[in-house]
Formats: sequence, structure tokens, C-alpha cells
Amino acid sequence: MNPRRKKRLFAVLAVIFGIGSAVGLTLYALQENINLFYTPSELIEGKGPDKELPYIGQKLRIGGMVVPGSVDREETSLDVTFKLIDTGPMVTIKYHGILPDLFREGQGIVAQGTLVEPNVIEAFEVLAKHDEEYMPAEIAEAVKGIKHEKPKYNLNSEN
Amino acid sequence: MWKWLHPYAKAERAYQLCNTLLPYFVTVTAVCIAVGWIWGLAFAPADYQQKDSYRIIFIHVPSAILSMGAYSSMAIAAIVALVWQIRNAELAVIAIAPVGAAMTAIALITGAAWGKPMWGAWWVWDARLTSELILLFLYFGVLSLYHAFEDKKSGGRAACILAIVGVINLPIIHFSVEWWNTLHQGSTITKFDTSAIDPSMLWPLLINILGFAAFVGALSLVRLKNEILQVEKHRPWVRQLVSRG
Repeated sequence: MNPRRKKRLFAVLAVIFGIGSAVGLTLYALQENINLFYTPSELIEGKGPDKELPYIGQKLRIGGMVVPGSVDREETSLDVTFKLIDTGPMVTIKYHGILPDLFREGQGIVAQGTLVEPNVIEAFEVLAKHDEEYMPAEIAEAVKGIKHEKPKYNLNSEN
Repeated sequence: MWKWLHPYAKAERAYQLCNTLLPYFVTVTAVCIAVGWIWGLAFAPADYQQKDSYRIIFIHVPSAILSMGAYSSMAIAAIVALVWQIRNAELAVIAIAPVGAAMTAIALITGAAWGKPMWGAWWVWDARLTSELILLFLYFGVLSLYHAFEDKKSGGRAACILAIVGVINLPIIHFSVEWWNTLHQGSTITKFDTSAIDPSMLWPLLINILGFAAFVGALSLVRLKNEILQVEKHRPWVRQLVSRG
């Protein structure tokens, strides 16, 4: 390679390396802030190296798994409460509105709302998170041992 | 390898190479997309959770992968253009950019259409979605920088530099779902160790990815041919070509 090209190649590589490390350091510094949501254990035990706790009244997002058996619907309104869990403590979510189709017990969800008590959030938005696994129903049943049906919400009680 | 590659620095040879390659790309595109879409949309089984709505994966995933694939090929062309000062490589950058931008737009739009029924939101500012949006803006940046200069030489150089700098975004897009908590789920098909997707769905998806790749290639080749002709329009070989046709 002739010296001029070599010089240009090094210049290009230096630019990529320089900007790469700048962006890398920035993202590293912002690490915690780019996360879309708190997990329930982060909310209770604090987040990051300083164990920073969110304050009451803070608007935040929380993501976790809906605890099976914790979903409690009002008979006469759209109010619903449920509990979220990841690996540690549970957090209670209160929500008024229509839940997404994929919402079910055991499903990962992300809720956005206000912290009203250290472990209670009043959500104004609930989003369902699905995983990266795709399979036909029969195989899901065989592999996971669960039958996936749309949950029925006390429809019988009205009849 | 130099002896083999060097002739293609000449516009005429590059143009001929485009002509030779184009039919293959078009054939692969037509066959793979037809097979992949019919198989994926009509015959692949429905998902256990998302039922039939997961089928948008057969458009969303290929276009998203190719938005990044097109960007990396554009960046490689940009490095060749800057270091070896080869005009054709610069033209290739400009040829690929709008195709890649279209792929990114398709990925974003199909993603939004998928997100609304499944997640419950058209758009969420999570790391994956945001970095993919930045990719779209990078494509726009490359294109507008090129066209912003009166002198195409300096415009080309500026566009190439931006294309190279933007490469930083590619690993961020890819690893965003691992580095941060996101609403977007993790990668499916790069998880080779476990079967995250059933083979009956994986095959049509792979065929679609191949089809989209060939599609991007074909469109870029057509655009590159055009760019070469534009730049070389006063050369005798172009005049000959035009008078013959």
C-alpha cells in the first residue's frame, strides 16, 4: 500500500476509534438512564451502585412479570390491580383502563405511572412485553407444559 | 486480488459488472420473496401467544436486518472511497443510502404496526427503537450531505465520513436489547444455542431475509448503474451505449 493511502487508512481508523470510544464512554456514563424501566427489586432496594430510591410522586416505568393469581378486577369498572415481580420483592400496580391483548398472568409487562407509595404505582399506561420465542401452539404445550388460551375474566358471573 | 479488483475502478467495467450481476439478484429476489411470503404468511403455523399477528415478522425482521446490512456495506464502500479514492465506491455509497433508508423506514413502520396490538403502543422510546430511528436519520444525513455541496467531490467526501462515523450505531442497535432493559424483546435468530423460533417458522424467515438481501442488492445495482451513467455522461463509452440502445 502506498504511503498516502496508508496515511488515509490510519486517519479513517483513528476517527472510527476516537468516535467509538467517545460514544462508548457516553453510553457507559448514561448506562442506568437508558434503561426503559425499573425492575421491582430496583424500585424497592434502590438502583445502581448508590442504591438510589425513587421518590414518592416520581413518574417512572416499571417492568416485571405479572404474579399469577394477583390480578384483581373490579366487577363494575375498568379498575384493575396486580402485582409485579422479578427476582425479589413484589410491587403493586393500580391501573384504570383496557389492558393489551397479551396481558396475562405470568406475562412480562411494562407499566408507566406515578409512585404513590414505596411499593405501589398508579399506572396510566400498561404495555405487554413478549419474549423472542415463537412456536406453534402444540409445541408450546409440549415444551412449556402450558396451554395458552385467552384468559376468561369472570364472564360467567354476569350470566 | 489487486489485479482482479483493479479494473473495476474504471466506470465502464463497473457498469458492465452491474449488468452481469443484476439478473442473478433479481431472480433470487423474486424466487425467495415469493416463496418466503407465501410460506410465511399462508403455511407457517400461528404463534402460541401472538396467533396470526406474529406473521409481520416475515417483513419486519428481514427489513430490520437489511437496514443494518445495507449500512455496513455503505460504510465499507465509504472506507474504500476515502482511502483508495475510488470514484465508483463513492457512487456506491450514494446508490445504497436511499435503499437502506427505505429498509429502515419499513422496519420502523412494520414495527409500529406490530407494537400497537401486541405491546399496546405504536412507539416507545426504548433503546432499540430509538437507535433504529437514529439509523434512519444517519441515512438521511448521508444523503443530504452529499446533495448539499455544489461540488460533488467534496459532497461525496463529507457523505463518506458521516457514513463511516455512523457505523458506531450498528453495534448499539444490535446489542441494545442486551445492554439495557427494553420493551423490545431480545434477538431471535442470532440465538443459535437454543431454539427460540420453531424450524417451521425459521425457514420461511431465513428465505425472506435472503430475498430481502437480494432485493437491496438489486436496487442498489440499478441505482449504481444510474449514478455511473450520470457522472460519465460525456464519456465516449456512454455515448456509444446510448446510441446503440
